[in-house]
Amino acid sequence: MDTILFIVFATVAVVCAFNLVFQTHPISSALSLIGVMGSLAVLYLLLGAEFIAMAQVIVYGGAVMVLFIFVIMLLNAGTEKASSKSWFAQIAGLPLLLAFVAVLAFLIRSALPGALAVPTRAVEFGSWVGGSAEEIGKLLFTQYLLPFEVISILILIAILGAVVLAQKEID
Amino acid sequence: MHLPPVPLSWYLILSAILFALGAAGFVYRKSVITVFMSIELMLNAVNLSFVTFSYQLRQIDGHIYSFFVMVVAAAEAAVGLAIILTIFKNRGTLQIDEVDSMKL
Repeated sequence: MDTILFIVFATVAVVCAFNLVFQTHPISSALSLIGVMGSLAVLYLLLGAEFIAMAQVIVYGGAVMVLFIFVIMLLNAGTEKASSKSWFAQIAGLPLLLAFVAVLAFLIRSALPGALAVPTRAVEFGSWVGGSAEEIGKLLFTQYLLPFEVISILILIAILGAVVLAQKEID
Repeated sequence: MHLPPVPLSWYLILSAILFALGAAGFVYRKSVITVFMSIELMLNAVNLSFVTFSYQLRQIDGHIYSFFVMVVAAAEAAVGLAIILTIFKNRGTLQIDEVDSMKL
């Protein structure tokens, strides 16, 4: 059952991500991003991360995407114009990218020779549920208390920054 | 019908595919908003990696990091979209290659 769920939602995520990159209208991209986030939430549930799955739906699928769509609607963002690319990028872009990825892969393989030999677990739904709200809360308010408090200050600063930036009148 | 369970590496491969697509969108697209959404896609891919490694190690520290990434992404979205609003008010465009005052 979880194999079928994984295949279905992984496919949805990849197709939506392709759609995000290749659509020219921002609204289509935003709706595809919501699809990616929703299917990732299901995958988090399969991995036993209940709290993260719910936070994903509420924070990303809800708050962040509403903000995105609000801004797209507000600015009336239309289809983006295709711009001319330089001749160097058109000719050498793909070969250079492939060479870069190959070098990177080789370096990582030679730096971590035993990485592929580590036995990995198979994912079975329900075999480990460590990510309940209770467990996360315990860890968040004991071991990770300082980062938690620091991040609340970060959010405060972000709110202030957003207000200051958005209210700024030009001329 | 009984299917074999999903290997953990599939999740990591999915995460890598999503990250690569996000990176491709980041350099390929010209609309500021879509570039920003590609960044969100990359952050989501990394979150999936965190949760997957957390499952492998049977520790929930990865979930905490993933939660922090989410919070930072939300803060980043608020500030970033405010910056996009300001760019649009000043320049009247959302194309990143038209915002080139600092280019020689």
